[in-house]
Amino acid sequence: MEPISMITGKAVVLPVENIDTDQIIPARFLKVTDKSGLAAGLFEAWRYRADGTLNPDFPLNRPEAAGATILISGRNFGCGSSREHAPWALQDYGFRAVVAPSFADIFRSNALKIGLLPVTVEQTVYDELVAHYAVDPQMHLTIDLAAQTVTLPDGRQISFPIDAFSKYCLLHGVDQLGFLLNQEALIAAYEATHPQPVVTTAYSRGKTEEQGNDSMSA
Amino acid sequence: MSKPRTLFDKVWDAHVVRPETPETPAVLYIDLHLIHEVTSPQAFTELRQRGLRVRRPDKTLATMDHSTPTTPRNHLGIIPVVDPMAISQLEQLRKNCAEFGIPLFELGDENQGIVHVIGPEQGLTQPGMMIVCGDSHTSTHGAFGALAFGIGTSEVGHVLATQCLLQRKPKTCAVRIDGRLGPGVTAKDIILALIAKYGVGGGTGYVFEYMGEAIRSLSMEERMTICNMSIEGGARAGMVAPDDTTFEYIAGRPFAPKGADFDAAVARWRTLPSDEGAVFDHELTLSASDLKPMITYGTNPGMGIPIDAPVPRPEDMPDARSRAALDKALAYMGLEPGKPLLGHPVDVVFIGSCTNSRLSDLRQAAQFFRGRKVAPGVRVMVVPGSQQVKRAAEAEGLDRIFKEAGAEWREAGCSACLGMNDDKVPPGKYAISTSNRNFEGRQGPGARTMLASPLTAAAAAVTGVVTDPRTLLN
Repeated sequence: MEPISMITGKAVVLPVENIDTDQIIPARFLKVTDKSGLAAGLFEAWRYRADGTLNPDFPLNRPEAAGATILISGRNFGCGSSREHAPWALQDYGFRAVVAPSFADIFRSNALKIGLLPVTVEQTVYDELVAHYAVDPQMHLTIDLAAQTVTLPDGRQISFPIDAFSKYCLLHGVDQLGFLLNQEALIAAYEATHPQPVVTTAYSRGKTEEQGNDSMSA
Repeated sequence: MSKPRTLFDKVWDAHVVRPETPETPAVLYIDLHLIHEVTSPQAFTELRQRGLRVRRPDKTLATMDHSTPTTPRNHLGIIPVVDPMAISQLEQLRKNCAEFGIPLFELGDENQGIVHVIGPEQGLTQPGMMIVCGDSHTSTHGAFGALAFGIGTSEVGHVLATQCLLQRKPKTCAVRIDGRLGPGVTAKDIILALIAKYGVGGGTGYVFEYMGEAIRSLSMEERMTICNMSIEGGARAGMVAPDDTTFEYIAGRPFAPKGADFDAAVARWRTLPSDEGAVFDHELTLSASDLKPMITYGTNPGMGIPIDAPVPRPEDMPDARSRAALDKALAYMGLEPGKPLLGHPVDVVFIGSCTNSRLSDLRQAAQFFRGRKVAPGVRVMVVPGSQQVKRAAEAEGLDRIFKEAGAEWREAGCSACLGMNDDKVPPGKYAISTSNRNFEGRQGPGARTMLASPLTAAAAAVTGVVTDPRTLLN
């Protein structure tokens, strides 16, 4: 994963609340077995009309939105399904950060894993950004991850929260799996002292009637 | 005396491999990892690229459910898959499970089904366990007093490789549901009413613990319906303290403990309920006695009303933002503000999904189909949650009731819940669905979904319009 420190870029505003992951990427685009090309499905039902032509009124389709790297949207962004395809599609389209008054838990977690920065701002700040964008569709923002600040168009800097561990991983471009793999001794110790409630492989061996006791298998 | 703990605290504490600190999240141990074809392929790719094994295939189980067809079997007894992308995805899961030694309930197997239906019915889901799956409706398993939640594909990779997950401790919320449900009002109506009252973001950051007289009186299948939709209220997990209803449900299932082991397990499970005096970070309340059958009119599960209420009017909304959201939703749904939904024509009825596809759901629906016909022009899909549910329903003749009425009796799977297999609602058409999401396009591009209980769905199937199921009760 590429380290992230500063994100400076053009913003686009999608002023809708509770945008669910079915809007971000409809389920019919989830039949892939890799992560490539998902931008094609991003906001598909909103970007295109029923006849397949581009919807010129959709904010991402307006000429001034070309090259935007920061998406600004309403509260509870990313609710619904746990599909990581949602942040993958946003990233594949070119977004590096999403700014919103709040995020759904699973979306935030997924985005942090892949280096799409979720930036939570106060509702009043969001309202200001929506108003500013209406008069300045070339609006740029600067997000400083190390300082945890967003620089607004008027130069004010506001801070945003981020979990310390996720911040460390993003700043250094390390993924969280590496940290978990380093916990092997603790994991093995846990397994040695805790019972195993179910043994799923007992099924494939046709022995489900024999398992289910609380003895350890590790 | 140690500090009183909640059910959530007890399950969390028992799975801490490494406690959380300001710098690092907790490392939590996962007892059961359920996987399916849609959110796992990229995780296996990651494992291969890094030369990693699946650490505990014996704590992992796979099924095929999301992209699978539910078309009836052909003359060879095979469920034909025709979509090349679905074929590729299912083949990939088969290959991954074979290579890494993970048991798989394949399409057509006697135990295949929706991942959140098969866990409980196999006895894999037990109180006190930590269960994850790359699917947000993993919250379903919390009905047993397990801590269960959905994860993304990166995290699926974490669990495959280490059997552990990194998590910050969420806050706890007591959801107190007092009173008793009236006739024709169901568990689905409880959860739809709760989300209508507190909104789709109301539970963000919390784990719900459902409690109160109404919850205690519910069956396990009804508790699963409620926990299933916790995520629709924003809560990543929902839990119910285990009791005799729980233990009776688990007893005798294939993966349940047997004999003296079962008795020992029950003794342990009895220590799980929240202690007297345990403190929750937040509390929500609902009275079950006041509830009517619920139905949604909009494009998120929080846009729900009692079935005899009018569609809300934008001018009655408290602020500009909710007015805008309502305008957008009603434009998509093609519904008029202020008008009742009762009597509105319905094109498709879908009875199924991880919310409402279990035997008791099918029994409830069947009572309205018995001796009646599906209304002209309405397509009715009845999709059992698993092959086991399907066999059980057929053993008591429910399939014949549905088919004689003119409904389709299909194979097990997620089906029309999410529009990623062949079962879809056509553009612009109105569906009453027992599933969990009415998002724009969820059941197919342009589909207009109204969420409701199996009773309300069945009532619409035989009348062709939105109908109060209480008017059909004997």
